Amino acid sequence: MAGQCKKIMYLHRRAPYGTVYAQEGLEVVLIGAAFDQDVCMAFVDDGVYQLKAGQDTSAVGMKNFSPAWRALGDYDVTRLYVERESLDERGLREEDLMPLRYEDENDDWAEKSSIVIVDRKEIGRLIDAQDVVFNF
Amino acid sequence: MPVLHTVNKSPFEKNALDSCLSHALDGSTLLLIEDGVYAAMRASSIEPRIRRALKRLRIHVLENDCRARGISEDALIEGVGSVDDAGFVDLVVEHDNVQAWL
Amino acid sequence: MKIGLLVNEGPYQHQAADSAYRFACAALAKGHEIFRVFFYHDGVNNGTRLMTPPQDDRHIQQRWSELARTHGVDLVLCVAAAQRRGICDPDEAKRNAKDADNIAPGFRISGLGQLVEAAIECDRLVTFGD
Repeated sequence: MAGQCKKIMYLHRRAPYGTVYAQEGLEVVLIGAAFDQDVCMAFVDDGVYQLKAGQDTSAVGMKNFSPAWRALGDYDVTRLYVERESLDERGLREEDLMPLRYEDENDDWAEKSSIVIVDRKEIGRLIDAQDVVFNF
Repeated sequence: MPVLHTVNKSPFEKNALDSCLSHALDGSTLLLIEDGVYAAMRASSIEPRIRRALKRLRIHVLENDCRARGISEDALIEGVGSVDDAGFVDLVVEHDNVQAWL
Repeated sequence: MKIGLLVNEGPYQHQAADSAYRFACAALAKGHEIFRVFFYHDGVNNGTRLMTPPQDDRHIQQRWSELARTHGVDLVLCVAAAQRRGICDPDEAKRNAKDADNIAPGFRISGLGQLVEAAIECDRLVTFGD
């Protein structure tokens, strides 16, 4: 495995809380970061709801795992593709999402947004370009 | 070969098929498994979508999942292929990557 | 070819475990290697030896255990998912002061790194889930 660098995408298509997939999917991303691969994430369909700002689970008795998204930059997961059509269909705009940022080590640690809004065609091309796609 | 997409949901229940079809690049392959095979039956409201998709994708159903659901070969939309479990393995091997639309 | 499988759903609830098993058998029959089957989410419930299906039904756990025994397939349950769902091996049972363990023969409990490793090591990763 030494020296292997695969293109890995974590494709999230489900809303948080209703099922466990989003939360346990995030756990894979965090663990996977240790493997030093070429990683990106894509949020498609209900997956865009995972990044919705203002999540507060205190009254439903479940763990609010959304703050963990903010840690992704520290794990070198800095490309989060969010599908424009999925946002549009749900009446969401980029401003409705949590601001997720990282410090770019190749650009004097300038703070940049990890979120990249792309259209459906581009998501299709990105999927095609991966060695492995995880679906959560 | 490009991506092998799998869809395991009835198109009447979830958007997995639509999402798959709207993302799959021309020339890729779709394998319908489990409840996904219902999409390949003739005369449903899904048929026009499958017929359109057949112009740019190869589409197969998993034979054993069809048989389990009482779907005979002649009930399938023309142009949809049928593979057995070994054929599923071959498709996985032939393609560079497998994308499961769950 | 080296193939990894990911099973995300529990037995009997969803066809995923059956589909994955059929795929594994077909791949082995064709001479491919099943490098690992990783069980995640409710998929960890495939690995409890306490399941007792009716006699006229398939025994999903025993089928997997048999595959491990005859073909040496590595069956791995995600530790975090397993702990949440009450699946444990003797070590885990001891560590968490449980009065019993329930892991089935041929299965082992390990971390999510085993899934990522399988994705990197294998030529293909095939996912079965809901």
